[in-house]
Amino acid sequence: MTIFFHELKRSRISLLIWSCAIAFMLGVCVLIYPEMKTQMGDISAMFANMGSFSAAFGMDKINFGSFIGFFGVECGNVLGLGGALFASIVGISALAKEEKEHTAEFLLTHPVSRERVLTEKLLAVFAQIIILNLVSVLVTVISIFAVGESADTKTMLLLFLAYFIMQIEIAAVTFGISAFLKGNGLGIGLGFAILLYFLNIISNLTEAAKILKYITPFGYTDGADIISSSSIEVKYLAVGISFAVLGILVAFLKYRKKDIG
Amino acid sequence: MKAIETNQLTKYYGKARGIANVNLSVEQGDFFGFIGPNGAGKSTTIRTLLGLISPTSGSAAVLGKNILQNRIEILSQVGYLPSEAVFYNGMFVRDILSYSAKLHKTDCRKEAQKLCERLELDTSRRVEELSLGNRKKVGIVCALQHKPKLYILDEPTSGLDPLMQREFYELLTERNREGATVFLSSHILSEIGRYCKHAAIIRDGEILVSDSVEKLGHTGVKRVTLQGTEQIPKMSCIKNSSDSTHNSGRQADINKTSSPDRIVADKIKNVTAENGSVSFLYSGSPKELLSYLSGVSFEDFTVTDPDLDEVFMHYYSKEES
Repeated sequence: MTIFFHELKRSRISLLIWSCAIAFMLGVCVLIYPEMKTQMGDISAMFANMGSFSAAFGMDKINFGSFIGFFGVECGNVLGLGGALFASIVGISALAKEEKEHTAEFLLTHPVSRERVLTEKLLAVFAQIIILNLVSVLVTVISIFAVGESADTKTMLLLFLAYFIMQIEIAAVTFGISAFLKGNGLGIGLGFAILLYFLNIISNLTEAAKILKYITPFGYTDGADIISSSSIEVKYLAVGISFAVLGILVAFLKYRKKDIG
Repeated sequence: MKAIETNQLTKYYGKARGIANVNLSVEQGDFFGFIGPNGAGKSTTIRTLLGLISPTSGSAAVLGKNILQNRIEILSQVGYLPSEAVFYNGMFVRDILSYSAKLHKTDCRKEAQKLCERLELDTSRRVEELSLGNRKKVGIVCALQHKPKLYILDEPTSGLDPLMQREFYELLTERNREGATVFLSSHILSEIGRYCKHAAIIRDGEILVSDSVEKLGHTGVKRVTLQGTEQIPKMSCIKNSSDSTHNSGRQADINKTSSPDRIVADKIKNVTAENGSVSFLYSGSPKELLSYLSGVSFEDFTVTDPDLDEVFMHYYSKEES
């Protein structure tokens, strides 16, 4: 597990910053809820009736005035988008960064198989996502207790689980992409994550674009859907997991025979 | 078992030629120089041997193992120094060394410390703070610390000061004496001439010649320059056959049975005539040369050893002329 620990050590500062930033935002969202609640009565109705704007963020389906409704939307934007960006960055840089910085030559002239490099790097990516999510859950739970709110445990867990799976999917797909790259893929990774985010917003807007929910992992992490149905949409999830598996498979197939320039 | 053996090894990058039909044979315990200018295919050959790139066609074996099937076993016995040593930014030298050792699954801290002392490398620095030469030293320690059987070094001395170059070659010579094989690429001919036993010259992706350094440069071959004449008599006898670089022992026997003049002319090659002087490479005994020259009119003459440069330039100018 030499490469695994090396990877974690290399990325510890970026992981720390991302974890703190996302956890901090989640914490703040929860902490401002009591303040919001006192003014929420009318706002909630207003939020629910802003037509397609409400639909875009799923606010027509849930009660924005309740804690879980508020959290579902806020959480969706913070952990959803933040986590997706983080996952795409670690996924795309895992392989591409070594080639861009010409350290791949150093690594691959040591007696380690390409498969081993891939496996340990992928595990390191997943480990970083797990750590980020654990910190996020922990800070959220502490914040919820701090403001004395209560939330349905199952729904909360489903929300976090959905975001976690989404991040794994994005990381796996960008990992697959990064096996093809020679240089820095950061732009591709970030662009990819943001594209997926907007695909979901579009799919919320019109019925015709509903099919996009199959493509974007934001389809199964939509807080409004999870809260209103108390479950993760399996058909979207299944497609998402298939994409993740495909991404990893492609990475192995490509990188095993790749010429390191 | 050969240390390195390639058979028609070919690598194309798309349509661009990397190397074509390279046949190399390096014995174990050899100190082998791989000579060629930039872009001739030295690094491509090395990177193929190490499995960084896969050959388009042909095959190769390192330490008796196929490069495609036994990459890991090969790499565990090879110390590789890339021409441009690049490491992970932000890491300390000592962490790079220990990462490399861990990837080799060995503990070689003692050896690493010895090497760092000899090369005057400060392990408490961060790699990105290091000068080119010092970064090279990190690469050298990485290549040497696990005491491999085979050293593959790609332009090892670039960036090192002359003192360090000498220390480095001393290290290599020690390792070579202990039985390890050294294979190094370079375009600096003097160092190949000084340290290597065998050498191969590569040009435009193809091996031009592979022989012992002595045979390539020194055995009985002299660069003879005659001033005051531009004319070489018996031009028809002068051949550019590789025969003329062979040592004189065998040819001495033939001398007895054929005309001396004819033999002498056969031992002359690489003739240039300009500015009132004639210059050629001569392989044979001085006596024969003198008796041959007695039939030629000239004002002055010099006899010098050709160095590898000359051999190298000879091979490189062949196709242009």
